[in-house]
Amino acid sequence: MRYIDHHAHMVSRTTDDYAAMALSGCVAVTEPAFWAGWDRSTADGFEDYFKQLTEFEPKRAAQHHIQHYTWLGMNPKESDNRQISVEVLRRIPRHLDGPTVLGIGEIGLNRVTRNEIATYTEQVELATQFRQLVLIHTPHLEDKLKGTRITIDVLRRYPDLAPGRVIVDHAEEHTVEAILEHGYWAGLTLYPQTKVSAQRAVDMIEKYGPDRILVAGACDWGPSEPLAVPKFIAEMRRRRHSDALIQRVVLENPIRFLSQSPKFKLPAGLEDTVAARQ
Amino acid sequence: MNPQPAKSPLSATELVDEYFIETRNRIIEVAAFLDRLDRADPSVAEQDFRVQALADAINVLAGAGPNRVREIQTLMSDPTTEPLAALDRKGAVGAYDRSKQEVR
Repeated sequence: MRYIDHHAHMVSRTTDDYAAMALSGCVAVTEPAFWAGWDRSTADGFEDYFKQLTEFEPKRAAQHHIQHYTWLGMNPKESDNRQISVEVLRRIPRHLDGPTVLGIGEIGLNRVTRNEIATYTEQVELATQFRQLVLIHTPHLEDKLKGTRITIDVLRRYPDLAPGRVIVDHAEEHTVEAILEHGYWAGLTLYPQTKVSAQRAVDMIEKYGPDRILVAGACDWGPSEPLAVPKFIAEMRRRRHSDALIQRVVLENPIRFLSQSPKFKLPAGLEDTVAARQ
Repeated sequence: MNPQPAKSPLSATELVDEYFIETRNRIIEVAAFLDRLDRADPSVAEQDFRVQALADAINVLAGAGPNRVREIQTLMSDPTTEPLAALDRKGAVGAYDRSKQEVR
């Protein structure tokens, strides 16, 4: 089954991963700007990273007939550094016209500090000003509930940013309901240990239905799974869910969200599939 | 929100047939971890807030459903509402230390 992974940190993955994803049905990925596992020391370092995301990575993906799009922003793990954050944010607008840049992301909170909230708020403002789609990271583990609440509180201060243009990602059982209730898209990221398993993701689809829910691998440089979405598909089949429902979640939902950007092009061969479901 | 659930076609018995073995394995792994701790130092189970959080979670497992996952996620979460004044560390540890009663 063909699918789109809306959250994949492909700069951290090998070419073999692209090949495996293509073989398993992946037709497009979107890659949010992320933490490298260590803190960059200058805003110039971010410029180089943005260049990798917008110029190099799309070519690498295209070798496997996978579309590659990206999101630019100051990631939550480094956003407590206000000095660099302010400078990076000043530079981001000049990159937003790039043909594969879909919006601002992944932005949000990590340990939920005052500085992180300031940087996050400025990025929400930036997205509103430049009419960008937004992809939001919510904190890990014990910080998720508090961080998600504050994340939503900040978003609600920007009524010009339509909730339907925002993915609040890394949702789990204790946050997904609030995200959906406020009209945002909820992203379920499938991790071996720290976020959501395929089984629990299917549970949430069963409980809340497929509307405004996306699933992704969020594979990066740590323990993670580039084939997480096909494994989710296998889990949906294990529960005897229909192919129509599975395709809605892994293909049609991401197309519906991403198509809000005029830069997103429907992957080849999907025109009839999607038209038939609309 | 008006969720439209997408219920699994599997019956409860079919779910047990499908998932019992892997769930059995997971609960035995929890028991093995706790036994391992006891062999190393039984007092840790009473002192470490993370192990205490596991004990609280196990109590939730013994209760009635259907929101056990949400309850466990919530009991392990930071219940405060104020932001941290300054970054203390880079990452989360998995459970909130409720004994600290930090003023934030």
